[in-house]
Amino acid sequence: MAPVLELRGITKRFPGVLANDHIDLTVEKGEIHALLGENGAGKTTLMNILYGLYHPDEGEIFVNGQKLEVRSPIDAIKSGVGMVHQHFMLVPVFTVTENVMLGEEYVKAGGILDRTKAANKIREISNIYKLDINPDAYISDIPVGMQQRVEIIKLLFREADILIMDEPTAVLTPQEVEELFKIMHTMIEQGKSIIFITHKLGEVMEIADRITVIRGGKVVGSTTPAESDLNNLASMMVGRDVNLEVEKSESVPGEVVFEVENLKVLDPLGALAVNDMSFKVHAGEVLGIAGVQGNGQTELVRAITGLLQAVDGDVRLCGQNITHLSPRKITEIGSAHIPEDRQKDGLVLGFPITDNLVLNTYYLEPNSKSIWIDQKSINENGRKLVQSFDIRTPSPFVPASNLSGGNQQKVIVAREFSRPIKFLVASQPTRGLDVGSIEYIHKRLIEKRDEGCAILLVSTELDEIMQLSDRIAVVYRGKVLDILDAKYATKEMIGLLMAGIIPSEEEKQKLLTKKKQILMT
Amino acid sequence: MEKTTENKKKSLSIFWDEFSRSNFLVIILAIFTGILLGGVLVAITTNEVYAAFRESIWSGLGAALRTAWNTYVALFTGSVGNPERIGLAFASGDQLAIRRAINPFFESLVQSTPYIFGGLAVALGFRAGLFNIGVEGQIFIGAATGVWAGYAIIGLPTIIHIPLAMLFGALGGALWGFIPGLLKAKTGAHEVITTIMMNYIAFRLVDWLLKFPMKDPNEFTPKTPWILETAKLPRLFDTPIRFHIGFFIAILMAVVVYYLLFKTTWGFELRMVGSNPNAARYAGVKITKTTILAMVLSGALAGMAGANEVLGVNYRLLPAFSSGYGFDSIALALLGKTHPLGVILSSLLFGFLRNGARSMQLAVGVPIDIVSILQAVILAFIAAPAIIRTIYRLRESKHKEDLVSLRSWKG
Repeated sequence: MAPVLELRGITKRFPGVLANDHIDLTVEKGEIHALLGENGAGKTTLMNILYGLYHPDEGEIFVNGQKLEVRSPIDAIKSGVGMVHQHFMLVPVFTVTENVMLGEEYVKAGGILDRTKAANKIREISNIYKLDINPDAYISDIPVGMQQRVEIIKLLFREADILIMDEPTAVLTPQEVEELFKIMHTMIEQGKSIIFITHKLGEVMEIADRITVIRGGKVVGSTTPAESDLNNLASMMVGRDVNLEVEKSESVPGEVVFEVENLKVLDPLGALAVNDMSFKVHAGEVLGIAGVQGNGQTELVRAITGLLQAVDGDVRLCGQNITHLSPRKITEIGSAHIPEDRQKDGLVLGFPITDNLVLNTYYLEPNSKSIWIDQKSINENGRKLVQSFDIRTPSPFVPASNLSGGNQQKVIVAREFSRPIKFLVASQPTRGLDVGSIEYIHKRLIEKRDEGCAILLVSTELDEIMQLSDRIAVVYRGKVLDILDAKYATKEMIGLLMAGIIPSEEEKQKLLTKKKQILMT
Repeated sequence: MEKTTENKKKSLSIFWDEFSRSNFLVIILAIFTGILLGGVLVAITTNEVYAAFRESIWSGLGAALRTAWNTYVALFTGSVGNPERIGLAFASGDQLAIRRAINPFFESLVQSTPYIFGGLAVALGFRAGLFNIGVEGQIFIGAATGVWAGYAIIGLPTIIHIPLAMLFGALGGALWGFIPGLLKAKTGAHEVITTIMMNYIAFRLVDWLLKFPMKDPNEFTPKTPWILETAKLPRLFDTPIRFHIGFFIAILMAVVVYYLLFKTTWGFELRMVGSNPNAARYAGVKITKTTILAMVLSGALAGMAGANEVLGVNYRLLPAFSSGYGFDSIALALLGKTHPLGVILSSLLFGFLRNGARSMQLAVGVPIDIVSILQAVILAFIAAPAIIRTIYRLRESKHKEDLVSLRSWKG
């Protein structure tokens, strides 16, 4: 039987770039085919060609053995190819039904929309695929994970057989990812085929039936999870040997640099997001804050960096009470902050890289003298940092918006690390980055720790927490449930705490000794 | 040898490559296209053209071209001057004739001056992410406070009286900018709404001032007294040329605004708040302080536009004296890409068009509104560069366009 989808020799040139270079790809019926590659490897271009958004310079597309000319997404949908975009294409003020119907409306006599009929079909689809969607809910009221399901329903509604999912897990919490994977399995059972675009290795190993790795616009290999392992995939993807394990020596904790005591912070809706948290961070150690997203981490970080007012409790940095100080004062005492959302808080995208590198030091010598900006000194500083932090850019004077995510993050790291700091808050420091950048930023964080900086690492990626931290504080609903020694902490143990289950002392010892025994042998 | 010419060719093609993608070219082409469309419009609204078309297509086309050409010639001579007349005047050596011949050019500069002040006011606001619609009202208040200082404060030497009166104008405008700035910073009230409301208050307040406290008792209609000689902005030539030093004050302010925005720490903060207020907060900038100060300075510049008009041109305040300078300023600040130099250039364009339009109406009977349409068309093309790029087959700019971010629109 012919494969569901076959791409032969797809080539696409953009001015100055060969985005896709004779790519061959075969997807069999009922498989999850992972398309793995770093940002900019050409995955999205390839899928946009398949979806009819671009026209290939060379190459052919076959669906069920038949040659296909895709001129527009309409052709693609007609032939059963559908795409879930990384950024959803939904109208927030419309209901689920209205969004799904958009472009393929059911009408009653007289041109009146038949919402009931459409809603019924959506309920039916929702039941088959266990999507648990309420057709009458408004998009603006439902969480991101649900919105993604609406995108999936849109495709199933149009009877797509091949679903392209572009980085579907990038916006999801770990639980939502689990649920998405379940849904993907159900779709496979119902005879659909899925192309899963990602750069996350763990997910590929977990869910894919087959894996095609793309690098620099070319297919560099095809494999299955059984025949491969993480390191192998990573080096295929990056093109050199990659060390996924972070090399670090035993930490040498010094005195307490940073301390939070009985901190209480409200979220924008007025609920207690941080509820009586206390912990200490020593010089030369990484304290990891583990927890499912939305358990008070964001508010905690905003409160200790002065961006949000705490309602109760104390925050101390280097012996000084900073609870009610302004962000600038806190920065001046020696605190650095890698914000969770780099584009929103960390950078002015329209400014050149040089200016972004002095975003919080522009008013100090030598960047300025009295009220006058010293552009020469800022440019000099920029050139130096671009080089020493390996920021990949044609020039230090282009706007930060021109950089890739990894390089944008490097700009922030360069800025924060280039001034004398005693304490660093790193919030989701590698979210959405490619393997190379993750490796780089992890290395820099450990270097900073070894220099004697106290580091508070907040991340929802459990692997990252376990790799970097010396101690791990697990938060649940705004409280620190336990602080574990990273040496003995197991994924199981942290997982239980993340779900809000506090194991009994006996169980805890059992879980911890298990790790100890493994370490001994 | 051959290689150098080849290199030259290559560098030329690279230059053209970059040039054809730049925004500057889009602006030039937008102006050009606007003028072209304006010509068509003039032709199709002229009766003679229809009459000629009834004869034959060719004579119709000829008449259409002739009408458009005559209109633009009139626009040119009205705004720059008639070269022939200037030549004759200089040849005759008659001072008055020379001044009359070159007057259109200087009158255009006089028209441009309030535009420069107003455009700078809007541009400064834009850079801080604020949409100051209230420039018109701030001009009225600035004119009222400026004119008051001009006639009510007596016994000062010129060297003190002029700066003082300008300062009064600036303070009046600043106050009118401060109120929306404060409301925005403290309560989050949107400055578009509040500045529009402040406009109405300003218009009616000035109406009332003219009718009662500031009314010249010797006049029947609402007018203020004449300002004192010591407060008048000196004119550089004798009558009929009204060109005065206000133009140079405006240019000076453009330089000041340029340095403020791009060379001082405060300008860095202001642009940061305008581009990304979240990052500005993260970097330790006080948003409320910056917002209020930006509105105050924006208002002050607008107030100077008003003071400039009463101290340099009218010498007294009359009702409805501004005729929409403030609203045009919003458009020309955008046309100038919210850069002080751009504001000067687009102010000159607006000033010359406005001035030329008047004599165009007199000379060839084309209504003055054609210039408004011309301005509107040019702005529409600038606001939608895609149209110009499509018409002239220009390629997309390589770098992302430095769009004016109006975060305030997003709430």
